[in-house]
Amino acid sequence: MLKRPAFYIDMEACTGCKTCMIACIDKHDLPKGILWRRVSEYTGGDWNKDGNGKYHQNVFAYYLSISCNHCENPICVRSCPTTAMHKGPDGIVSVDHDKCVGCRYCEWGCPYSAPQYSEGLGKMTKCDFCRDYQREGKSPACVAACPNRALHYGEYEELADKYGSENLVAPLPSPNITQPNLIITPNRNAKPAGSQAGKISNPEEV
Amino acid sequence: MSKENSAPSKKKKGVSRRNVLKWTAALGGVASLSAGGLFYGLKKANRQPNSDEKIVWASCNVNCGSRCALRAHVSDGVVTRIETDNLGKDTYGSHQVRACLRGRSMRRRMYAPERLKYPMKRVGKRGEGNFERISWDEAYALVAKRLKKAIDEHGNESVYLNYGTGNLGATLSKSWPPGATPIARLMNCLGGYLNHYGDYSAAQIEYALPFTYGSGWVDGNTYADITNTELFVMFGNNPAATRMSGGGLVNDIVQARKKSGAKIIVIDPRYTDTAAVAADEWIPIHPGTDAALVCGLAHVLITEKIVDDDFLKKCCVGYDEDSLPEGIPAGNSYKSYILGKGDDKTPKTPKWASEITGIPEKRIIQLAHEIGRAKPCFITQGWGIQRQANGEQNCRAICMLPILTGNVGVQGGNTGAREGSFGIPFAGFPTLENPVKTSISVFGWTDAIVRGPEMTATRDGVQGRDRLIAPIKFIWNYAGNCIINQHSDSNRTHEILQDESKCETIVVIDNFMTPSARYADILLPAAFNLEEDDFAVCGWTSTMAYQIFAPKAVEPFFESRTVYDICTGVAERMGVRNAFTEGRTRNDWAHWVYAKQRANTPDLPENLDDAFTQGVFKYERKGKPAVPYKSFREDPKTNPLPTPSGKIEIFSKRLWNIAHTWELREGDVISALPQYTPTWEGVSDPLRSEFPLQLIGHHYKQRTHSTYGNVDWLKQVAPQELWINPVDAEKRGIKHGDMVKVFNKRGTVIVPAKVTPRIMPGVLTLPQGAWYTPGKDGIDQGGCVNVLTSQRPTPLSKGNPQHTNLVQVEKA
Repeated sequence: MLKRPAFYIDMEACTGCKTCMIACIDKHDLPKGILWRRVSEYTGGDWNKDGNGKYHQNVFAYYLSISCNHCENPICVRSCPTTAMHKGPDGIVSVDHDKCVGCRYCEWGCPYSAPQYSEGLGKMTKCDFCRDYQREGKSPACVAACPNRALHYGEYEELADKYGSENLVAPLPSPNITQPNLIITPNRNAKPAGSQAGKISNPEEV
Repeated sequence: MSKENSAPSKKKKGVSRRNVLKWTAALGGVASLSAGGLFYGLKKANRQPNSDEKIVWASCNVNCGSRCALRAHVSDGVVTRIETDNLGKDTYGSHQVRACLRGRSMRRRMYAPERLKYPMKRVGKRGEGNFERISWDEAYALVAKRLKKAIDEHGNESVYLNYGTGNLGATLSKSWPPGATPIARLMNCLGGYLNHYGDYSAAQIEYALPFTYGSGWVDGNTYADITNTELFVMFGNNPAATRMSGGGLVNDIVQARKKSGAKIIVIDPRYTDTAAVAADEWIPIHPGTDAALVCGLAHVLITEKIVDDDFLKKCCVGYDEDSLPEGIPAGNSYKSYILGKGDDKTPKTPKWASEITGIPEKRIIQLAHEIGRAKPCFITQGWGIQRQANGEQNCRAICMLPILTGNVGVQGGNTGAREGSFGIPFAGFPTLENPVKTSISVFGWTDAIVRGPEMTATRDGVQGRDRLIAPIKFIWNYAGNCIINQHSDSNRTHEILQDESKCETIVVIDNFMTPSARYADILLPAAFNLEEDDFAVCGWTSTMAYQIFAPKAVEPFFESRTVYDICTGVAERMGVRNAFTEGRTRNDWAHWVYAKQRANTPDLPENLDDAFTQGVFKYERKGKPAVPYKSFREDPKTNPLPTPSGKIEIFSKRLWNIAHTWELREGDVISALPQYTPTWEGVSDPLRSEFPLQLIGHHYKQRTHSTYGNVDWLKQVAPQELWINPVDAEKRGIKHGDMVKVFNKRGTVIVPAKVTPRIMPGVLTLPQGAWYTPGKDGIDQGGCVNVLTSQRPTPLSKGNPQHTNLVQVEKA
């Protein structure tokens, strides 16, 4: 097992296909409404007519596939009154269902909306980094699924050596809150955090 | 295995109580999960796998242009999880054929609530969807009786095999082309059936480009050649939605882009996912006006002398007056047409093109310079452009850019056709020969029901006869949704099919109660592809071909049967069982086909079971990407094209002759040169005063055409939505997520709006393939674009112009 597992996203390769989302749903039998991995579409740009009646535009869009980032300083763990939410020795943040009372404080705390409440269980659920697959030496379902090899995982330090430590593009929150184990290679459309150039344009899908 | 696959005996096949229980559990378990969850997350992760769990190779056989390997987890006879190709180290060139989101949802599709369980016959009116369960014996007898009646009363040419691509890429159970299916074999044992030519994907380009480049499929350079080019220009073309496999073209374009320094430009009314991930620039263009843009570009290239004169002289006819075919008057060359010296006396200036396309004049001039100066330049097109009322013109026109600039037959160039692919041929199931040679356009079957014997060669594109001798009376529809969903003008189709004195019998063989299945008179449940042995050939790729050997993962659902067994049952009642089977079971044919394939690719294991165990066989294409037409370009005299002149025919005398002999509807144009022709319901149609918006129907990740259209997981992550620009939305008070009504004189669709700058003003797009779900008022609640499309065929190929529509939209 890894010590500090992290996700790496190559935005140059992400087409927003959502195969990662379906692989996750299938692997974990997620019921409708619970999506441990979500692909948001960040879109912006305007259309303006010139003197000849022709439109000019500066439209851009990109996708970001984000699940739990198994943060170094997980606010969900800090928010949990029962210690159900915990970061294991394998670096994976997960919920102990024997302790979880479904108070949803973790959900309110997490800026990535990673912990999600299950009406059926009355408890929180979240990405467990496919701990069982990792124990078997397999990649997490989302990573193994990615058709364009945009999504990877590994030891944080090794990924950082290879790809740098960028972890912030719009519309992600400041990494200072939780120190996410996430590394991103932005693509040419990517806007800096806090940019007002675009917005999440698929709220109904995430 | 032979027992499991044997043809059905007269004795009714039993379905054990145990099977029914486990299927019910699969369906019911799914339902209860939706209601709140039995197990998932950590509890599921800690669950011990059932002791009998096995993993079986499977394939996703749909008409997406890709083909993917799946690994089905099977427990107690039910598929419980789907993974994908995990072989090797995933090095590009021998990489994993990773399935897209659709393939990964396969278990949700095969156990969807719409899955058919029993043979049924219609009660009530066609299209109402009311059926009564019957036995297989009754079903076979009924089909045989109706088939005999059609053949006896109207002849074999009244029997039609409708287009169906729901099991495309399979071998024994393939549904496309219909002529390669077991149904074709059955009909060929009975005297044949009415053929069709073309397909709903690419009818216009397949018909038109051979006039330019010669007969047969016009090839292109592959995406791998993006690494060898300076400028890559895509007219339409969105592999991020149409070639989605991780072993297919979307991955090839992503990989090539990383290595290439080429600038990438996408010209499309919509900012596609391909544009988002790969393009340096998006140039929005009014639908149906690509040929006008090409004319404007050509004007700059010609007047500024940036054309490749040597290539034009050596390899082409019709560029200027010097190379017009004999007997063609001066003023008919391409150069004359562009410079305004032809009949229309209109110079095709960038300003002229700007008014039609909506692209600023300056950008057209600049683009011409970029295309003219990039050496080499790779110009490609998708197929949406040719599914326009002037589709044959658009696709030929785009090829003019590489022709004028001499980028055909060079490394890093292209013909202007869609990019090429790399594949290994696969043996087929033999279907014998159809004694009937008569053929209609794939799009012409509703007309052939209504007015068959009035349809002629020169008016309706009938081939093999001057005129049809019978209307269509009997339709076989296997794994297809063109009866109502994917054919144009659903409301007109519905009316035609309501009259049972016209088309007397519709037999549908499918997995699901699709919108088309609701129109069946006899509805037969087919085994799912994970419920039978089969072989799948690879889809479009640049660098690696592959074959997938997919054994039966689970037993057929309830009473469903393989299409071969169904045809055997009908063959027996028609008295041709021996001719149909040649004494072979489906399993025997599997071995027969495998033996043939081993002769093609001898490295396959001797034993078919070993191939099923390995699952995927990959073949890397080494060396530089192939360059089609290279030998022609280098020495056109020794290596002529199969055109009448042996050269690239910018001016086609064959088309000149067709234009002078065919009967065309008012407004339809066939021309010897690839030119811009305004059309009905195009950007300049006066009808825009009533229906101001152009409507196209893009391919969408949620579905492959209509396949997977019923899968809830996919609808959750990619819902059906009408794309509308904020400029058009604001005018109508439409906000993101509002329910809107899209309508024209053909019908009305209710659908949620996606307000996005990714579609240009004046244009709407409603992703094609959503399941037609009319209410009692006839208004579609499913978002099916074909409620709004027209059955008027394109002039030359008589194909489907499904992106040429004018509509209005308002808040519902």
